[in-house]
This record gives sequence, C-alpha cells and structure tokens, in this order.
Amino acid sequence: MSSHRHDDHDHDHNAPDTGPTLRVKALETLLVEKGLVDPAALDALVDTYEHKVGPRNGARVVARAWVDAGFRARLLADAVAAIEEIGLAAGPQGEHLTVLENTPAVHNMVVCTLCSCYPWPVLGLPPVWYKSAAYRSRAVIDPRGVLREFGFELPAGVELRVWDSSAELRYMVLPMRPAGTEHLAEDELAALVTRDSMIGTALVTYPAGAAARPVK
Amino acid sequence: MNGIHDMGGMHGFGPVVRERDEPVFHHEWERRIFALAIAMMGSRTFNIDQYRQAIERMPPDQYLATSYYEHWLYAFERLLIEKGVVARTEIDVVMAALRAGARPPQPPVGKAESAVGAAENAQDAAGVAEALGGGARSLRYDESYRARFKEGDRVVARNMNPVGHTRVPRYVRGHHGVICRDWGVFIFPDTHARGEGANPQHCYAVEFEARELWGGEYPADDRVYVDLWEDYLDAERDAHSSEAKSLKNGSRKAVAKFGAKSHAKSRPKGRAAKPMGVRGAKKSAPHPDGA
Repeated sequence: MSSHRHDDHDHDHNAPDTGPTLRVKALETLLVEKGLVDPAALDALVDTYEHKVGPRNGARVVARAWVDAGFRARLLADAVAAIEEIGLAAGPQGEHLTVLENTPAVHNMVVCTLCSCYPWPVLGLPPVWYKSAAYRSRAVIDPRGVLREFGFELPAGVELRVWDSSAELRYMVLPMRPAGTEHLAEDELAALVTRDSMIGTALVTYPAGAAARPVK
Repeated sequence: MNGIHDMGGMHGFGPVVRERDEPVFHHEWERRIFALAIAMMGSRTFNIDQYRQAIERMPPDQYLATSYYEHWLYAFERLLIEKGVVARTEIDVVMAALRAGARPPQPPVGKAESAVGAAENAQDAAGVAEALGGGARSLRYDESYRARFKEGDRVVARNMNPVGHTRVPRYVRGHHGVICRDWGVFIFPDTHARGEGANPQHCYAVEFEARELWGGEYPADDRVYVDLWEDYLDAERDAHSSEAKSLKNGSRKAVAKFGAKSHAKSRPKGRAAKPMGVRGAKKSAPHPDGA
C-alpha cells in the first residue's frame, strides 16, 4: 500500500505518516468529538455492507426470475419494485436499478468507466477488479478480450452490449439459466449464481465451476 | 474535467487481475472511511457529485498509484477541509497525538442529531438505507420537464471539455448514437458539483455502435450504452448544420455521408432491425431459460 500523499498540502511533511490507518482514525476521532458522526452508526454501516448486503441478494433475484416467469417480467420492467417482492430494499446505489437479461442472442455486461458505480443492494460493494484501471479502460473498447480473460469466448454473432454506468442508473445482469438444472430447487439455483455472472463477465455453469459452455 | 479517472478506451493497464475469495474490505481503515463517507453524505455535508469531483481532482500520478479507498480518503479529507468541517491543523494535531499513542476516540459530547445517528440501531440494510434517507437520496425529479428527445432519435454527444465535474466520458464525445431509453429527470451533475443548483433534465440511455466509437475493425455486433443528460447531447441534424458551417468541403462530405447512413442500413445483412437497448432485451428473449 503506497502512502497517502497530499501534494497540495503546505504543512510539514517531515513527520512520518503511517498511511491511511492513522489519517482515517484522526478524521473519525475529530468527527466523533464534534458530534457529527456516531461510531455506532458507522459500525452498523460496515456490518450491513460486510455481512448483510452482497451478491447473495442478487443470486436470490436471479433464481426467482428463473423459476417464475411472472417475476422475471416484473423484474425486467421495474427492478426496484420487483426486488421488494422478495424482501430486498432498493437502498443506496440501487434507487434506479435496471436488470438486463442475457439471452443466446444478446450478452450484457456492466462497467463504470468514470468511477466504480455498482448496484449495491443486489451485489454489495464492488470487487477490486471492477474498480481497476484495467477493467474500466478495457470493458468498453475490448469487452470480448476481457470476457476471454474471465474464461469464455463470446461467439461472433452474439450481440454484446456494454453498459457504462455514467449516471445514477445501476445495472444488474440476469444471466442465462444453465442447461440441466430443471430439477433444482430455487435455493439450489441461487447457489449456482456468481457475482461475476451478474456483472456480465461470466456465465452461470452447472455443476458450479464447470467450464463455461458456448452460448450458442 | 479531462482527468485520469475518465479511463474508458485507454490502453496499457494490462489484464484484469482478480483476487480469489476476495474480502469485502482489505483493511480496517477501509471499513471506517467507507462508513464515514456514506455517513457524511447522508447528513448532506457534501453531495455525491461533489464527492466524485473531489476524487477527480486528485493529481493523476497519485490517482494511479493509490487504491479505491485511498481515493475516498483523499476526497473525504479534502471536502471536510474545504467545507470548514475540520481544519487541517486539527487533523495534524490529532494525528500527532495518535502517533504518540495518546488520545483514543472520545465519546461525543452530545448525541449526534443527524439522520446518521438514527442508524445506530439499524438491524439491516433497509434500516440503514432508511436512516440515510433511502429513496430521498434519489437524484431523480418528478417528470414534469419536457424531454428534448424520444426513443429512436439520433443524437451526437457534444464535443465539450469542461474543466469541472462532468459525466460525459471522453470516448463518446463527438460520436453519433441513438436514444434507446428515457430514464426520466435527474439532477445535472455538472452544476450540482459546483453548488450551482440541480438544473434538472432528462437523462437517456444512448446507444453507440462499437464501430462508431472505435473504428471499422471492431465487431459489428458490439454496442456501448452510456447514460447521458440532455445538456451532453445535440440532435444529429443540429449537430450536422453546426458542423457543416465550420467545416471545409471535404469534411462536410464525410459528415453528409455519415448522416445519410440509416441506422437500420448499417446492420449486417440478414439481421432484423436493431432491437434497442432494454426494450430490445425483452423483445429478444425467445429462450428465457437459456440453452
């Protein structure tokens, strides 16, 4: 981890800076002392995004859409209302959620080239690779190359749609249900659904972890 | 601003490196800066566009050399100082004390009265979201503003290079696209970041063909969708007339030729007219359960 430099600061830099740990602690200390934040509220926020909100939420949405055509239709028409049906709330970074359906003819994938916008209520906080310069730069100009690195070759003739989350809309991909899963229950299906498949950089496979099958 | 954050289409960053079994946070300080930033946005100390702009103002070499949450820390500290919430000297004093092993965080003198404090007993995401304003945080307005464009309209992303915050990526500026969805009316980030008001206007999903953005050798089937506000867009015919006025004959011919190309005609032979965007995704779903 590189040290946190402040080139535009005009104060003394001779004192050792042990990096972000100390600086963050100082800022929290000050804000708590000023009564501007409540440490317990901060703890609740951390706990929420570390333990309660994550890609398992999105996986539940996907599995429900696979087994319930009516739900799928409602999800594609109004994702915010549909996820509330299964007890999820469209909280921060999900107020304007749209679900994009992958089919044998159309593959969707999601990026935020300008920062790292991501649909928190259904996928949690984004992984480091999603926030990386490599993904943000290449997803729009070399999406098929990126997919190859993630382990599958999108066949020529499949329309590839890359969604750059440049405004307040947030996107989640509804991946295709893998073949041979007709006998699985909804919760078993949810267990197959990976985070990357809901970003659009992977296919859902069955058995889980099997090589990705060609889309066509 | 034409900053390092605007990365779409750049080369040279190498492969996308993934971490196996990645934790949500890698360090305790990441947890704290994440929560601090969300809390202070929740109490309206700064808005999300000001926060993004603060990250964008990071010197580019520093931006590339630091992690995502270090960007957050930079923006957070800078905004607190600029807004007069804390003074740089205060930060220095507390850091020195902490470094010397003194001064653990003290309990607040009075109970925090902000919405943030209400999240204390939140049991779940919904509770936290509600405490932070939930839907009230939405940047969408009611839709009583006239829309300049409708679905199917051909548009050009303006060639603009504002030095302040903007959400029109460089890689689409000057390029032709099609309105594929009107998302409704949203606060305009450029003015919102400057503290110059909401300037609400329609925001659209605009479809760009990969070949239009990157050149003829790119796959004909690939498209990029970018959500763009009205002030980032011109109707194609308006863009033509203003371009034609300023261009010499040769260039004008090229523009005219492009303009004559209908969207449908640009499709590979034998393909149906383009299914557009989200609506298209629904239409083109004859195999709902996959192969």
